[in-house]
Amino acid sequence: MLPIIFVLPMVQLLILSNAASFEIKNIKFSYVDNDHSAASRELISKFEASQYFNIIESFSSKKEADFQMQTGKVDAILEIPNHFERDLITENFTNLSVSINAIDGAAAGVESVYISQIINGFNQKIQTQLYQYNEASYIQPLNIVTIPSFWYNNTLNYKTFMVPGILVLLVTMLTLFLSSMNIVREKEMGTLEQINVTPIQKYQFIIGKLFPFWVLGLVILTVGLIIAIAVFSVPVLGNIGLIYFFTSVYLLVILGIGLIISNHSDTQQQAMFIAWFFSVIFILMSGLFTPIESMPQWAQNVTFLNPIRYFVEIIRMVMLKGANFSDISRPFFIVVFYAFALNWIAVWSYRKVN
Amino acid sequence: MSIIVQNISKSYNKAKAVEAITFEVKEGELFGLIGPDGAGKTTIFRILTTLLLANEGSAIVAGFDVIKDYKAIRDSVGYMPGKFSLYQDLSVEENLTFFATIFGTTIEENYDLIKDIYIQIEPFKTRRAGVLSGGMKQKLALCCALIHKPKVLFLDEPTTGVDPVSRKEFWEMLKRLQQKGITILVSTPYMDEAALCDRIALLQKGSILKIDSPENIIKNYDKVIYDVRTQNMHQLILDLKNYPSQYSVYAFGEYIHYIDKSAGFNPKDLAAYLEKNKHSEIEINISRPTIEDVFMDL
Repeated sequence: MLPIIFVLPMVQLLILSNAASFEIKNIKFSYVDNDHSAASRELISKFEASQYFNIIESFSSKKEADFQMQTGKVDAILEIPNHFERDLITENFTNLSVSINAIDGAAAGVESVYISQIINGFNQKIQTQLYQYNEASYIQPLNIVTIPSFWYNNTLNYKTFMVPGILVLLVTMLTLFLSSMNIVREKEMGTLEQINVTPIQKYQFIIGKLFPFWVLGLVILTVGLIIAIAVFSVPVLGNIGLIYFFTSVYLLVILGIGLIISNHSDTQQQAMFIAWFFSVIFILMSGLFTPIESMPQWAQNVTFLNPIRYFVEIIRMVMLKGANFSDISRPFFIVVFYAFALNWIAVWSYRKVN
Repeated sequence: MSIIVQNISKSYNKAKAVEAITFEVKEGELFGLIGPDGAGKTTIFRILTTLLLANEGSAIVAGFDVIKDYKAIRDSVGYMPGKFSLYQDLSVEENLTFFATIFGTTIEENYDLIKDIYIQIEPFKTRRAGVLSGGMKQKLALCCALIHKPKVLFLDEPTTGVDPVSRKEFWEMLKRLQQKGITILVSTPYMDEAALCDRIALLQKGSILKIDSPENIIKNYDKVIYDVRTQNMHQLILDLKNYPSQYSVYAFGEYIHYIDKSAGFNPKDLAAYLEKNKHSEIEINISRPTIEDVFMDL
């Protein structure tokens, strides 16, 4: 059992951190060029130059291209209309049609941004060229260029962002599942009956049940941090002691939840199902995969009850931003409050008599 | 009095488990609760060991009330549940040390009490409790229940699923513990074990039918039981049941136990009746009643 407890989460950390990528690459791109002009060829060459697009092929008609999208061979279609270049020069205005496969809405959004960036770049360049042609009406082009600087994660390396989050998830799931199985297992085996006739106090029994999992959670965190630093080179800007300090309190919350589940279930199956129910909600509403800010207001309010949310927030703040204690004091005290409240309920709802 | 139970009733949802149970167990007595499965034996044990609250009635164990002084009771009783409930993944010795520690004592402190029993399982003390044989498990469970020198010992069906030799040994151990002044309340579905108790309560469907010493129960049984046997036992039961003055007929080992209604019953009449119904090798003898016979009649 012990090797399973340690090895499996680490395998998950290694696999998930490499696979759970939000980057979109290798977009299957195709075009329909009705113009066959210098301008249209230049626009297409810009897409060819981009590393995000794979040019699949060009189609002679939109209908044919649509059919290929239906079969799934193509993700995005750019249609360049007839007289594209002529309209640009004479009327200073033209239309382009872009069709994107939006089965995966999030990916389609990202693809749309990439495509419009390329078209914008092309637009600016062609404008300056055009103005040079008619020097009589020359006006100084008004260009606002934004050069973003990404703080705390310069290269936008998604692993830097995901690895701490996945580590949180693993520590939480493991301790929640193991602790919620625990007392129920004793109920099923009948050993709880024997323990209940002894003079052992409730708090003694519960501490005895909690402590091993508390230690286990911290050990998993340690192994996970070593992997995060050694394998994924995640920066640790803040004080690592602060992460441990927070985790030691956070684990009490999770163990408290596990014990409450344990107290109220009669079989391991029941406990398993309830633990699974809570962990799915906690994980999807933690801000780990989707930002909390983009959730509807009611869902954002619900996340305030979610302990994982605070842990994800804090571990990212401390590791990536170098936050100190005063920066994280608010979420920290909320978690302290939960730790007390939940464990009080756990001890209170544990009954030696029924 | 070591155990006083007064008018205890308990029902689970609407199903009545025990109803208005009253009995007393004297200090140092070996008291048996005898009854078939589902008679309410385990419910009584769980109430007396403070694991279950009764709906009605009161109970006192070792001088403490089961509701008010439940903590004191947990210190002074030993309980061995019907299902083996020690830690299967701990070794024999670890289990014993664990329970000694919970009760704030050590194995050495009360070693004289468990010595006789522990010696028999000591060769296997490093073995895990889960892999022990049924008889060994019972001995270990008894040791764990005794480790804190309890005043009252509760044994819920301790010999169920144990081989006949181990059962006999187990009862000899109980007798020795009784001599050391421990009050023992034991339950069993086996009628032959009932005769080994000082006093027994016959239980059925949550009510006590009779409380007395096994000898008195047998002595006070006023009917005459006949062992009947012929070459065709199956046909014999059917024919006996058709005999006009029959009171009860049931199989008992290699014989059929037959009880007649009328006082002037003559076995020869029965023999003649059976012969007429084509039975041969007819044997009819007067039998000594046992607890089982009494129980069947209640």
